[in-house]
Amino acid sequence: MTRRFRNLFFLASAAGFAVFYLWGLHLLPGFGHYPGPYGDVLNALSVYERHATDVITAVNFDYRGFDTLGEEFILFTSVMGANLLLRKQKDDKEEDPPLDLARDRLAPPTSDAVRVAGLALLLPIVVFGIYTVTHGQLTPGGGFQGGVILASAPLIIYLCGDYENFKRITSHVLTEVMEAVGAGGYAVTGLISFIFGYKYLQNFIPLGQTGDVFSGGTIALISALTGLEVAAGIVLLMISFFKQTLVYRKPGEERGDRNA
Amino acid sequence: MLVMQVTILIFVAIAGGAVVFTRNPLNQVMGLSFFGLLLALMFFIFQAPDVAFSQIVVGAVVIPLMVLLTLIKLKTKEQSKKNDA
Repeated sequence: MTRRFRNLFFLASAAGFAVFYLWGLHLLPGFGHYPGPYGDVLNALSVYERHATDVITAVNFDYRGFDTLGEEFILFTSVMGANLLLRKQKDDKEEDPPLDLARDRLAPPTSDAVRVAGLALLLPIVVFGIYTVTHGQLTPGGGFQGGVILASAPLIIYLCGDYENFKRITSHVLTEVMEAVGAGGYAVTGLISFIFGYKYLQNFIPLGQTGDVFSGGTIALISALTGLEVAAGIVLLMISFFKQTLVYRKPGEERGDRNA
Repeated sequence: MLVMQVTILIFVAIAGGAVVFTRNPLNQVMGLSFFGLLLALMFFIFQAPDVAFSQIVVGAVVIPLMVLLTLIKLKTKEQSKKNDA
């Protein structure tokens, strides 16, 4: 493929894309003019039908709960896939910290400003994450959002300290179990609906008082399970990345500073 | 409101372009993180706080960190090759 042909091919493709793109834009409804009926119907009904004031979470975990189950398993599968790729392989070996050849020169410590700001943020982040998970049916947020917020707490520990601190507060086995319980719990919640003679994932828990933390029936339960799965999944992903980058070495592959 | 929406769209376009045109991967990761934060702000201004929450963490922290760790791994590999030669 010559350069000239490549350029021509690109220009033709770009022109074709531009035509269809502009055509598509032209047929879109105007900015801020929502045409479909479903959004308006759900906005009007979800507080009455599901006692959930955050319509988005009500849609995600109830009205189209089955789709979200699929999305949850997309995350589950991709974390598993990344873990499989980053696993400790036969010829990897765990390495001790590199030999310090310049003992008189200390590595620059994390700056005090970063550590103070990080440690001050840590507790609010954990509290806010738990709040976001448990209040998914009331205010913006929910399991996925709260889960990623919770998962950022160990990362702040890593930022303020080092990998050793991160290792001390996380557990590979525990995150695996938590992720499995979160993902499996969601699927099992759907199965429990059958016992009550409902359809898969139909709301079977009493809806409670609108505005209450325990309102929304299965929405709150699924939100909590998703929070567990997402938080554990992201931390598990980070553990694998840290291990593969900072701990495992191929034979003959050394840290740069040892021979320098 | 419209002014804020237009402004944030322009910022996102500039930041996105800057990320694409940055050649050095390390600088690119820093740009990507900032771009992720701007995207979160955009979602918030366009009244999608649910998405903004996850975007702040995923776009500004988790993805840049993953790329950063991969860069470290690649760099150590290159270094050891250089040392062998």
